[in-house]
Formats: sequence, structure tokens, C-alpha cells
Amino acid sequence: MSEPIIQVEDLCKVYPAPGGRRVEAVNGITFDVADGEIFGLLGPNGAGKSTTIGMLTTMVKITSGQVVIAGVNVADDAIAIKELIAVVPQITNLDRSLTARENLLFHAKYFGVPKDEREERADELLELMALRSRAGDYPADFSGGMARRLMIARALMHEPRVIFLDEATTGLDPQSRLMLWHKIRELNEAGRTICMTTHYMEEADQLCDRVAVIDQGRILALDTPANLKALVPGGNVVELRTAVDNAGLADTLRRELTGLENIETEENTVRLFLDRPEQGLLEAVEVARIHDVELESVKLQPITLEDVFVGLTGRGLRE
Amino acid sequence: MRTQFTTFTAIVERDVRVMSRNLPDFLTRIGVNPVFLAFIFGYVLPQTGTIPADFANVMLPGILGITTLSAGVQGTAIPLAWDLGTTKEIQDRLLAPISLRLVMLEKIIMGMFESWVAGAFVFPVAYLIMSDNLSLELTSVGRLILLIVLGGLAAATLGMVLGTVVEPMRFAMMFATIIIPMVFLGATYYPWASLSKIPWLQYLVLLNPLVYINEGYRAVLTPDIPHMPFGYAVLGILVSTALLMAVAIRTFEKRALS
Ligand SMILES: Nc1ncnc2c1ncn2[C@@H]1O[C@H](COP(=O)(O)OP(=O)(O)O)[C@@H](O)[C@H]1O
Ligand SMILES: [Mg+2]
Repeated sequence: MSEPIIQVEDLCKVYPAPGGRRVEAVNGITFDVADGEIFGLLGPNGAGKSTTIGMLTTMVKITSGQVVIAGVNVADDAIAIKELIAVVPQITNLDRSLTARENLLFHAKYFGVPKDEREERADELLELMALRSRAGDYPADFSGGMARRLMIARALMHEPRVIFLDEATTGLDPQSRLMLWHKIRELNEAGRTICMTTHYMEEADQLCDRVAVIDQGRILALDTPANLKALVPGGNVVELRTAVDNAGLADTLRRELTGLENIETEENTVRLFLDRPEQGLLEAVEVARIHDVELESVKLQPITLEDVFVGLTGRGLRE
Repeated sequence: MRTQFTTFTAIVERDVRVMSRNLPDFLTRIGVNPVFLAFIFGYVLPQTGTIPADFANVMLPGILGITTLSAGVQGTAIPLAWDLGTTKEIQDRLLAPISLRLVMLEKIIMGMFESWVAGAFVFPVAYLIMSDNLSLELTSVGRLILLIVLGGLAAATLGMVLGTVVEPMRFAMMFATIIIPMVFLGATYYPWASLSKIPWLQYLVLLNPLVYINEGYRAVLTPDIPHMPFGYAVLGILVSTALLMAVAIRTFEKRALS
């Protein structure tokens, strides 16, 4: 395999905080991103995803460790790094004094893209991002989805080798999210490396070639989504919903089921992680019948990255 | 180096485009100060006999000083503080292939340019409003231009420091605690030499860059009124600019990167 395009080694970030405290936002993470890959950082709010992206993109000072992108050390030559990358940040940072099209044109100009090229590319990208009819408008009136698409178009204006997307779809409606997923896949198919963060497990699962599960500034697991899901035994989860809140059921199941690896309860649902889920489902229904617990629904569901996260941390992604 | 220069000029072009689009705003921001100062100190007060007519001569250098200082400070500090603190718009330029120092320098240059325009604007205003009470004796056009140029640089650099240190929400506070005392203690309404009766104050105000700007204008425009030698005024402006620049480099980088 060729040299990875991003190499991150033992990266740490400590923010000074009021009262002389220290916030250890990123705590010694190491990973590589292969050329042409879609790489995801999956973790809850505050996990350290944006800080990591910030250090990879020269915007956050590195406390220790190192980052090398396409052979260039971020600490040595920030300007060379900025030529190679583009960043779509979590918070909109469009230039509100310029129209949508001017946002693209000036961005390209900052990168020295010649006039004809930048005009042509701006029109193409506005078309691609379905913003053509809004080209002359100021981004202040754009919806969240439009602003995000414009920022992606802007990121592409200087033909970067690596695109960083920080929570690209957070706060978007489902339709805009699907559209963005589609665009991200298209960009990747056109040969660009993508390094993205998300706290949506479906997003990481659907889009990423490999995912680093990150929590409290550390990487807990890093693999393809399929391999990550294989960390959770059984392949499927049995989910029981009772008509009324029934705390006793979980204890009973824990005692009486065979091959139970883990059990999660939430109000009136119980999720069972079993060696052999299909058999366990039948047993669980039988246990409920014997103990006179009225079941509202019984489901066999595929394992998700959420389950992986819960398995690794004991907490949900959105807690 | 070539690409950094290309990036730099593109950023300048962006700011010029935005400024020219907001031209009425820009002119109002720059114009109100000198018009009112000239009207009150150069026309109303002399006309009512509240101050002697020749006080206009003491005031004109001060009007130039206040106007160029506040235009330079505001032209740099206000947009910058919003950019860094709230809208994050400047990130696009911080991520462009250019050093952070050049991004900072570009902002200072734009503020300096506002200060120059404001300074140049004072002359027609003074001519129209207060010329009856004014007797100027321009000793050197070159020196006047040098003062406008350097004074604008000092003001914009001060604006860079303030814009990176003060949160936008605290700007009113900044004007009350920094700009207003600078104006009152800046040999604006009186020549610096007249402070000789209060020696501790006379030396203390030498920390204020506005003193050198105002005294420089006195040396060039009203040589008969006691003033600091032109060379000292220029030196004072240069030294304060260098100190402010050293601070600005740190405070800008601190705000630009987390
Ligand atoms: N500029 C900052 N100063 C101090 N603490 C910060 C700063 N930015 C982030 N943090 C803290 O660092 C931790 C990680 O934040 P962040 O990287 O934004 O996480 P994520 O993007 O995964 O939600 C959080 O505890 C956050 O409060
Ligand atoms: Mg984040």
C-alpha cells in the first residue's frame, strides 16, 4: 500500500481553562488516513473531534505529538499544509459581506487560481451544489443546508487533496443530509481524501471506509464499520418493548437467559446482546410469558455503531 | 513568497470591494467626527465668545489627531473583533496560504487607509466650517503627509491590539476607559508645553501616542504655537508603533489560533 496521506502520531491538546485548570481535549491519539479514503472520527459532543481537526488544519496549536500531511509536517510549514487541504468547519464561517459566488471567487483568488479557471469552477460548483439560482445572494439568508453546501463548494475551489468536514450534516433536515452524503461520496469517487467527524452513527456507517471511535480525547477503536460491528457479539440485537415500565424484567432475563453478553435498559425497552440472538429471542419471549410480562413488541435488529460505542464506553453517543 | 503576495493582494481586493460597497457607511463613519469637532470648536464656541477665536488654531491639530486616531482604531478594531469573536469570517483568510502575520498586516493597512482618508477629509471640512477663525501656516507638505501616514499606522496598530484583546461586547467600555482618556490626555485641546505647570502629568502623557501625533501636526501647521520639535514627534510615533506592533503580533496570533 502507498504511504498514508495523513499520519497522526501521539497527538495531544491541552487547553488552558479559567482558574488555572487544564482541559485535556485530545489525549494521545494516533492514526493514519490512506490516500483516497473516507475516514471518520465518530464520538459524542466534547470528545475532541473538532480539536483534532483543528490541529490537523493548522488552526489549533499542537500541544505535543505530530501531524504529517502528504509528507509535510504541520508544525514546520503551515502554509504548505494550507495549500493541500480544505476545511468545512462545524460553525458557518462564510464571508457575509460577499455574495455566494463571490465567496467562491475570492476564496480561489486567495489560492492564486487564475481568473478563467476560477470563474468556470465557481459556476460548475454552484450547479453541483444546487445553488445556481442563489449565486448572487448573500449567505446571511441561506438555510443551514445551503450554507453547508456553499462551504463545501468553497472548499473545492482550490482543488485540495484532502477535505476536512467537521460535523458536515449536524443540524440539517434528513433530506439535506442525504443530499450531502451523496455529494461527499461523489467527491470521494473523484479521488479526494476525506477526513470527517460526526456524532451520527448512521453517517459514519454509511459513508466511511474506516472509523475511529473517539471519546474523551482518546481513540477507543479504529476499523471498518463492519469490523467494528463485529466487536459486538451475535450480529443482531434483540429488543423487547413492554407495555409498562418494567424494571424487573431485565433482572429476570439476566438470571434466566443463556448466552447473554450484555443487557441495556431504557424506560420500557430492553436490549439484549446474545451469542445466538435468534434462539435468545424465543427464550426471552418465553421468560416474559412465564412471568406474566405483557410485551408490546419484539424485534431482531442489526448491530449499529451506536451499540459499538455503548459496548466500549457504557454510554450512548448522545448522552 | 510569490503566492503569499498573490494571496495578500487578493485579501486587500476583498476588503476594498466590501468597503466600496459600503461607501456611504464608510464616509459617514469617517466624516461625523471632524464635522462636529470643527463646527463646535471652530465655529460655535468662538462665535458665542465662549472661547477666543484663535483657539481654532490650537484645536485644528487636535481635530486632525482625534479624527485620524479614531478612524484608524475603529477601522481596524471593530471589524476584527467581530470577525474573531462572533462571525469567524476571517477563518477563510487564516486558512489561505499566507502567514498569519501578513493577514494581520493587511487588516492594519486597511485601518491605516481609513485613517488617511479621514485625515485628508479634515482639510476641506476645516476650510468650509472654521476658516474665518483659522490662520494656518503650512510649513511643509511632505512633513504633513508623513504625519498622516505614520499617524494612521500608529492608530491602526493600536486598533489591532484593542480589537484582539477586547471582546466586541466590551467596546463601549474600551472607549470609555482607553480612547476617551487618550483624547483628553493627548495634548488635543492644549499644547503639550502648556502642561509644564503640572510636570508629573507632562511626563506621564508621553506614554500616549496621540500626544506625538497632535504635537507633530502643531509643528507642521501652527508653528507659532508652542510644540514639540517635529523630529521628536515622529520618533514618538515610530516608537509607539513599534511597541504596539510587537504586542499586536502576539495578541493576534493568540486570538487567531486556539
Ligand atoms: N478553545 C477552547 N478552549 C478551551 N476548551 C476548549 C476549547 N475548544 C474546545 N474545548 C474543550 O475541549 C473538549 C473537546 O472539544 P471539541 O474538540 O470541540 O469536541 P467535539 O468536536 O468532539 O464536540 C471539550 O471539553 C471542550 O469544552
Ligand atoms: Mg465539534
